[in-house]
Amino acid sequence: MAEDTRQYTEFYAQVEKSVRERSCEVMNAPRNEALQTFSALGFPTRKVERYKYTDVAEDFAPDYGIALTPLEVKDLPYCYRISESPVDVTSYYNSLADRQDAVVALNTLLSVDALVIYVPRNTKVEHPIQISNILKGEHDTMVNRRILVIMEECAEADIVITDKAVDQTHFLTNQVVEVFAGDGSHLNMYEVEETHLLCTRYSSVFVRQGRDSQVRHTSLTLFNGRTRNRLDVSLQGQGSEVILNGCVIADKTQHVDNNTLIDHQVPHCQSNELYKYVLDDSSVGAFAGRILVREGAQKTVSNETNANLCATSSARMYTQPMLEIYADDVKCSHGSTVGQMNDDALFYMRQRGISEQEARLLLKSAFIIEVIETIPLEALRDRLHMLVDKRLRGELSKCEGCKLCK
Amino acid sequence: MKEKNGFVREVAEKKYQYGFTTDVHTEVIEKGLSEDVVRLISQKKGEPDWLLEFRLKAFRYWQTMEPPTWGHLKMPDIDYQDISYYANPTAGKLGKSGTSDEIDPELMKTFDKLGIPLEERLALSGTAVDAVMDSVSVKTTFREKLKEKGIIFCSISEAVKEHPELVREYLGSVVPYRDNFFAALNSAVFSDGSFVYIPKGVRCPMELSTYFRINARGTGQFERTLIVCDDDAYVSYLEGCTAPMRDENQLHAAIVEIVVKENAEVKYSTVQNWYPGDSEGKGGVLNLVTKRGHLRGRNSRLSWTQVETGSAITWKYPSCVLSGDGSQAEFYSVAVTNNYQQADTGTKMIHIGKNTKSTIISKGISAGKSQNAYRGLVKVAKTADNARNYSSCDSLLLGSKCGAHTFPYMDVHNDTAVVEHEATTSKISEDQLFYCNQRGINTEEAVSLIVNGYAKEVINKLPMEFAVEAQKLLGVSLEGSVG
Repeated sequence: MAEDTRQYTEFYAQVEKSVRERSCEVMNAPRNEALQTFSALGFPTRKVERYKYTDVAEDFAPDYGIALTPLEVKDLPYCYRISESPVDVTSYYNSLADRQDAVVALNTLLSVDALVIYVPRNTKVEHPIQISNILKGEHDTMVNRRILVIMEECAEADIVITDKAVDQTHFLTNQVVEVFAGDGSHLNMYEVEETHLLCTRYSSVFVRQGRDSQVRHTSLTLFNGRTRNRLDVSLQGQGSEVILNGCVIADKTQHVDNNTLIDHQVPHCQSNELYKYVLDDSSVGAFAGRILVREGAQKTVSNETNANLCATSSARMYTQPMLEIYADDVKCSHGSTVGQMNDDALFYMRQRGISEQEARLLLKSAFIIEVIETIPLEALRDRLHMLVDKRLRGELSKCEGCKLCK
Repeated sequence: MKEKNGFVREVAEKKYQYGFTTDVHTEVIEKGLSEDVVRLISQKKGEPDWLLEFRLKAFRYWQTMEPPTWGHLKMPDIDYQDISYYANPTAGKLGKSGTSDEIDPELMKTFDKLGIPLEERLALSGTAVDAVMDSVSVKTTFREKLKEKGIIFCSISEAVKEHPELVREYLGSVVPYRDNFFAALNSAVFSDGSFVYIPKGVRCPMELSTYFRINARGTGQFERTLIVCDDDAYVSYLEGCTAPMRDENQLHAAIVEIVVKENAEVKYSTVQNWYPGDSEGKGGVLNLVTKRGHLRGRNSRLSWTQVETGSAITWKYPSCVLSGDGSQAEFYSVAVTNNYQQADTGTKMIHIGKNTKSTIISKGISAGKSQNAYRGLVKVAKTADNARNYSSCDSLLLGSKCGAHTFPYMDVHNDTAVVEHEATTSKISEDQLFYCNQRGINTEEAVSLIVNGYAKEVINKLPMEFAVEAQKLLGVSLEGSVG
């Protein structure tokens, strides 16, 4: 295990000084602890329940050049570099992230800058905030990304985070997002990944919700190489509501692993989760959703659905919807299915002169669209309809309309 | 609310009615576990060398293993050196073997008290019984009658002597000793259990049943049951168990292996009522068992039905390996936990053959401060074209201090498979209670009515005699648990 982590600890030893200089006090403070955790734990093996379906050590094994460039944030409303943040972030930074997770610790260790999205109380952000992560580089590169979202009381915002890769080299992204949703706040967060087969993405999103807050997180993996998304939501204020939706379209050798945890700590909270996968070729999908209802969290209502479509015999799906409940006055359910396309529906369409290929495409698209339809942001929804269609036709190789790709 | 707690107390204080002990002279070997103990057990049972070799291999392998910690259980540390691995209650008066026709009247009384007839009464001719106390089979009834049809039903120790070729062929073929920690332990020190062989084309005319009883103090029971159902044969097998009330934890680590061949059908039903510990969570049996059936033949069928009401800790996953094309497996379970009981139970369905089908219906009921978890795996291998699985796991919570959990795993490696899983967790709906109340049914009766209705789907799958017992057990465990 030590072997896997050595290249990172050695690299850190070399660059520690410059990392600390480029960064700021609040980010430097937890570095020593992170280094210790990271060296002590090593990368989680597949025996660690939450990493059962993804071999972390293998993903982190290649020799990547590690990007240590600070962010440039210019004239973006509500977005700041951490060193220029209008609020004191000491009490926020690294307070929500799981410090016992080696992948998170590695991010804490190597991040030089963080993006802070700060929405003051009673503020409604009119236009969605879009953050485009564009991976560019001539050599194999690892990127450590850190985002803090601070929503004060009754703040409202839409955040769209997109991942794109321009160059055909290997990229490894390790992202940690901490979201603090204050009392009565509303947050819609979308993560859209359209990269390519050589990209590996590790994302750990941690959300804390206050009283009567509402968070909707939508994760869309349209094109990727290997992806592992961890999403932990802790409902700490009564009356809060969380909606987690996700869809995955995977083919070739793609690997997508979504691992979510919804922690109901107080009464009268609601959670809804819907994840859908379409798997083609030799792709591998994994979904593990755990809903934890703690003692005393009465009147919890929770629903979890995971539906999967395997289109070939070599595609594999692992699904694991878990309920862990310590309160009695609750209504919780989960459902999970793995299946294939409905023969009757295919026959119906073919009878009406729709080619088999087209019919299959329609069915896949209809299957996925259930998730897309839940998106309230019309412009994004339309674009996603187009992207999903193109993706299923195999035409999505470059991001549409982006200057960099030409 | 006050009234509610009153009910709970009433149930908590309800006595475990099988908690008495039997005063018979029992030969108990020294506590502790070593190669010598394994040899001693084997020698006492007069076993052939190949079996001793099997035990020793298992023991050596066990020594290299760590106990599993993945269960959703708070397991007390088990001191494997503080358990006696062999206790023979028939040794007192009979001397050598326990198979003599004369049984210690104390033992007779015990089994009578438990409602298990050891005499072959005409009125009860529907069931043949193998009664096992501690490490020894006391008596197997109706053997002659079964023999006429070619059916072998005896204790496994006798089977080793009388049908070594059969035992040797199948023992460890479904659950190898390397399977898991407790399977390795059992393979090293297993004492008694039943052996059933149904020859080709025979439909077993009566229910076969084994009754397990732990009596001696400071011992563990290591049951080993092996059922082989040859082509086109059918058998329905029942298993029941009880233990005296003791303030120490007693270990029950069993292995049940079932082999089902072409077109054969096996129904295996368990009503598990080991001593669950007192209302403070002291004592109780640790029920750590490995049960597995191998559906080897085409169109073979296996159905597990279990009603789990006892044990301080239940760690049990009756599983099916569906390798025969067109084979079908079913798993029906009701698990009830109360007080400080903990259950982590479920099943594994491993689809390998084509057109295989499995159904899982699991109902968990938790009350008091208990924890009740369903853990299941449905695996569809690449070769299992058109495999079909339906799983449904419901949990009912009676009380705000208990927990109900569902951990289903689904691994699908085939595109023609259809796998469905659904689970719900809730308490008894107030509408339903209100509906009953409105019609003059008091809350206590209403709860029992609703719980019984909830468990009906599973209980209906039990053979007649057992269904009645199971229904009563549910009543005892839960009647009036909450309002």
